[in-house]
Order: sequence, then structure tokens, then C-alpha cells
Amino acid sequence: MSKIAIKVENLSKAYQLGNIGTGTISRDIERWFARMRGKEDPFLRIGETNDRTTKSESNIVWSLKDINFEIEQGDAVGIIGRNGAGKSTLLKILSRVTAPTTGKISGNGRIASLLEVGTGFHPELTGRENIYLNGAILGMRKREIDRKFDEIVDFSGVQKYIDTPVKRYSSGMYVRLAFAIAAHLEPEILIVDEVLAVGDSEFQKKCLGKMKDASENEGRTVLFVSHNMAAVKQLCNRGLVLQHGQLMFTGNQQEAVIYYQNAQQTNISFLHNGNMEDSLGNELIRILKFEVFPLNGEIISISSGIVFELQFYNQKESTNIGVTFELKNTDEIIVFHHGTYISEENASKKGIYNVKGIIQPNFLNAGIFIFNLIFGENQRYLLYKVNDFIQFELTNESMGSNSNILPGITRPQIEYSITSLS
Amino acid sequence: MKNNFDWHIEGKSGLLDLKLKDVWAYRDLLWLLVRRDFVSFYKQTILGPLWFFIQPLLTTVMFTFVFGRLGGFKTDGLPQPLFYMAGVTAWNYFADCLNKTSTVFRDNANIFGKVYFPRLIMPLSIVVSNLVKFGVQMILFLLMIAYYIFVKHETCIPNSYILLFPLLIFLMAILGLGTGMIISAMTTKYRDLSFLVTFGVQLLMYATTVVYPLSTVKPSMSWIVKLNPMTSIIESFRYGFLGNATFSWSNLAYTTSFSFIVLIFGIIIFNKVERTFVDTV
Repeated sequence: MSKIAIKVENLSKAYQLGNIGTGTISRDIERWFARMRGKEDPFLRIGETNDRTTKSESNIVWSLKDINFEIEQGDAVGIIGRNGAGKSTLLKILSRVTAPTTGKISGNGRIASLLEVGTGFHPELTGRENIYLNGAILGMRKREIDRKFDEIVDFSGVQKYIDTPVKRYSSGMYVRLAFAIAAHLEPEILIVDEVLAVGDSEFQKKCLGKMKDASENEGRTVLFVSHNMAAVKQLCNRGLVLQHGQLMFTGNQQEAVIYYQNAQQTNISFLHNGNMEDSLGNELIRILKFEVFPLNGEIISISSGIVFELQFYNQKESTNIGVTFELKNTDEIIVFHHGTYISEENASKKGIYNVKGIIQPNFLNAGIFIFNLIFGENQRYLLYKVNDFIQFELTNESMGSNSNILPGITRPQIEYSITSLS
Repeated sequence: MKNNFDWHIEGKSGLLDLKLKDVWAYRDLLWLLVRRDFVSFYKQTILGPLWFFIQPLLTTVMFTFVFGRLGGFKTDGLPQPLFYMAGVTAWNYFADCLNKTSTVFRDNANIFGKVYFPRLIMPLSIVVSNLVKFGVQMILFLLMIAYYIFVKHETCIPNSYILLFPLLIFLMAILGLGTGMIISAMTTKYRDLSFLVTFGVQLLMYATTVVYPLSTVKPSMSWIVKLNPMTSIIESFRYGFLGNATFSWSNLAYTTSFSFIVLIFGIIIFNKVERTFVDTV
């Protein structure tokens, strides 16, 4: 067992909702008075978990509640959850920007947090001056920056502009320089909050690579918050799922991503009741029904095969109406884009059509998949399109003794023939 | 397996946990922040740091005109411009420290909300930055003294009390810093007090012996003026540099103890607020 880098015990954080003004002072006095007498804070007791969608009774909210976990040195941990699940609060507490309400965090090694790139950049100062200033804000000593200066400039790729004030930089250059500084911080624990959402894709890859390097080759601990599941899967080896300020799941990153996606609402079917005019679509196309179900057995799994069935109303006569089913995974990678005409050449009729498709068993790998529907005319004109229409999950089946989800989008059956040649 | 952890983060901290060790570890940042303030001040200007001269110079001219010529205030027998310049230069240093530190949380909410470093670095850097500005202004003041001694042959000769100068700077710094930190800590949640600060500092100048000497204050009133810790600093400053003012060791001792109490109290309250101010600022 390796050494523990961060240990979080009973961590909670309460926030006060609403405006701070004359109305809150009496309550503050009440809280202060209770604490003076050594009693529990009366307002924290009635606090609730953090669910944005329901209006709460009290105006204290627990952004994090009773979080416990341990992170070992060298782990790369992805923290995932919906907006408002408490991810950023957790990072803020870990990076000591704000203090927890109750609970304790213990750790080993220097922490550097990147909740934002370019914190403390001064627009009037040159790139060179900002490297020193920003580096120092992030906790580097001057000597350390001197040593890494060339490397930083090199990584950022802004050599030419290094003696120009950063206010003249393009936003891309600004971010590159900022990330370059952070990437050369070499802390034992690195905390990163979705900063990768910036910069072009080439630079994003560079950043991810640098972070992966930090955890895999240099043995640093990385905490990474992101909505990009592909990045989490690629970078991390563990995952934490937060929901309404509570820790719902800890485990390996693949399972965490799946747990998170399952917790999202999944629409497995769509059925319209009532007037056709109110259904999803436009004046040309009305979608009445769309269902996804297994070909064999009860649940959609790798070997079950999948049936998808669409019912829709078509308005256009005597032309070629095509329906295209586009299937993608949660990393927005398109698995297929496949369709059919609903009639013979120029023979479409006004009325309801039913289209049924079958995906053969042993084609897709386990995971969450999403259908987009595209209706077109003559493979040319778009009549109607609906994105992220129906989402379904394909459950895993073990292969041999391995019960983990294997990498890859497809998991076809492949026949091997093996001959021993020696 | 037993783990010995390097650090802990807890909900509550000890009152006297001043984290001065952390501050020391980040000392490079302090210098870089000072450099930033200084460099960014004169970027894209032609005169550069010379602009630091303008404020005390114009204020001195104004005070000489209003209080010296029109008001006919006494100046302990010193040349009026020198008398005012001494008061203005010293007072400005204190006032700048106080004003800037009193808004340190709000001004830096963005940085403080994103990255951790010992928060005390920020107010400290303000005090040191202003010291640079004060240093430049002192050159102007010294040039003026030289002018009055050698060209105009006035009797404003510095005496040995000039050696108190480092102490005086130090006292002004910690007094401004301490008061500023107390105000900044008190204004993170309820901002009411911050309205008071800007004009409060201006008013306080008139309760300090900047535009009049202590010797002209009626004995029945002088205790109020002496209660103001800045009074003895400015009087001692004039006494040392210009050779005439009301100097008293006991007043200076009072100011010294007052400043230290304010500073310690300021650091304690600052450290307490610093932990969660991000949530309320």
C-alpha cells in the first residue's frame, strides 16, 4: 500500500443563500451568541443538502456534507458531478481558498491548485515579468522559476512576445503562457479545475499529456475536475462522483463515469400522446414514438442485440424522404450514421410510417449511447433534426475472467484462427 | 499503516496561529508584488517615477497658500513649504498604507478566490510598495531642506533625533497596516464601514499636526490631538529633520505601544477572516 496523499474526514461546508444586508445581521448576532455559549450553530442544524431545483426552507445550504475519502500518492483522481454538485467547493477547500465549516483534511506534500489559469497576471507587465509574478503566486521560489524559465517559455510557445505586455497577447497566447507556468510547478499534489476547456485542441492535448505524465511517470497526485468524461477516463485512474454535496461513489475511473452517467436522467423511449400537432417536430415531420429495446432477453447488453423503432407522421408526398439514425457515445464520438428511405423512388405518402432497425448482437461495447435523428429529403435537404433524443445504456458482460468494461466503442465477435508454427 | 501528515486543514483555527512561517516561505512573492506595483505605476509614462513628486509638491503649494498665507497658521518658526512638506510626506505614507490595506480583501477577491498564498503577503506588499513611493518623496523633501539651508540660509538644521527616522517609518507602517487590516476584516461581510474610511482618513489628517504645529494647540485641547498616535510621529519627524517641533519621549512611547497593539490585533482578526472571506466578500 502506498502512502496517503490526502485524507478527508467528515468534511462539510455550509453556505448562506440570498443577499447579505440589514436582514442578516440579527441572524449573525444570534449565531455568534450561540457559539459564545458553546452551543451548536442554530442555523447549521437546519441546513439541507444542496439540490438546486427545489427551493429550500432555510437559507443555509450544505454545499458539501460529510465527505470522507483518501487519495493515495500517485493517483490521478477525476472528480465528476453535475453543476452545483460541490466539485468546485471541494477543490476550493483543498486548495485552501476557503475553510471548511466542519471536518478535517490532512495531507502530505506541497499542493498547487489551478482553479483558473493566469491568476494574478498583470496586464501591464510583460510575459517575462508575469512568469515570475504568477509563479510566485502559485508558490514557486524565485530560484525555482529562474531554473525553469526557458522550459516554461518553450512549452508556452510565445518566445517572440516574451517582452511584450500581456495585455497585447491574444487570449490563446495568454492561456498558453499561464498554463505553461502552472505545468512547471512540480508540486506533489496538483489540483486542476476544467482549465483545459481553453486553448486549441493541440494545446489541450499537450496539457493533458503533461498532466498524465505528472501522475504516471513522476508519481504526483492529480485531482482533476471536469465534465469531459473522455478526458477523465484518459487521464485518471480513480473517480469520485459527487451529487448534491454528497459523495456517491469512489472507485476506478471507468466505473465512476458510468455511475455518473447512470445517475443522469436516461430516456429510453419516447411516446407521444394527444394531438399530432403538439408532437415533437415541425410542419413536415412529427415524431410519434421512438423506442429502444433488446432483441433477445430483458436488458440491453453486449450480446442481446438492440432494436430501435421509430413512428412518425410525414407530410411530404411524392418525394424521397430519408430517416437517418445517428448513434454516438457520451464522448460525442459518432458510432454510426446510418439511414434508409421510407418509400420507393419519389413515392412517399402523407401519413404515419413505422421504421424498425436492428443492431446485431456483439457489436457495441458497454456504455451509454445516444441517438440523434435526422429527417431529410433526397439526401440533400434537411427537414428536421433532433439531437440527444434517446439515451440508453448497454450493460457489460464479462469476457473470460475479466469483468471490467474493456476499452473501445465496439466489441465485435472476432474469430481467430491460431496455428502454432514452431 | 501510520501516516504523519505534513499539513491539516480544519474548520477552526487557533486565535494565535499567525502563519508567519508561511509568510516567510512566500517572501519572494512579496518582492515581486512590490515590483509589480512599482513597475505598473509608471508603465507607458514618460516621466516615470517622477510622478511620485507631483502629489506632495502640489499639496505643499496648496497648504502653503491656504493655511500659511490666507490662514496665517504658525509653523514653529520653520519655512512654511518645508513645514507642510514634512507633514504631507509623512502623513501620505500612513494614509496610503491605511487606505490600500483597508480594501485589500475586496481589491484582491479575484486572486484570493482562486489560489492560496498567505494572505498577509498582500497587505505587507502594500506597505512595502508605499515605502518605495515614500522613499522617492523623501528625496524631494531632502532636496528642499538642502535648498532652504544652503540657498536661503534658513535655520532648519537636522539634529541627532533624525536617527529616529527608521523607527518612525516602522511605526507609521505598522499603524497603517494594523488599522487597515482591522477595517478590511470588518468590511468583508458588511461593507458599511468602508464608506467611512475614505473621508475618515481625510478628517483624521486635521486631527493630526499636519497643517499646524502641536505647540499652537491650546493645552485644554492638546490631549485630544496627542491621543492621535500619528501626532507624535509627525512631530518627531519634523523635530529630527527640521530641528524644531514638540518632541516628547512619552508621547512616542505611547504611539509605539498603541501601534503594536493595533498591529497584533489586526493580524489576528485578519487571519480569522481570511479563512472564509471568499464566501462573503
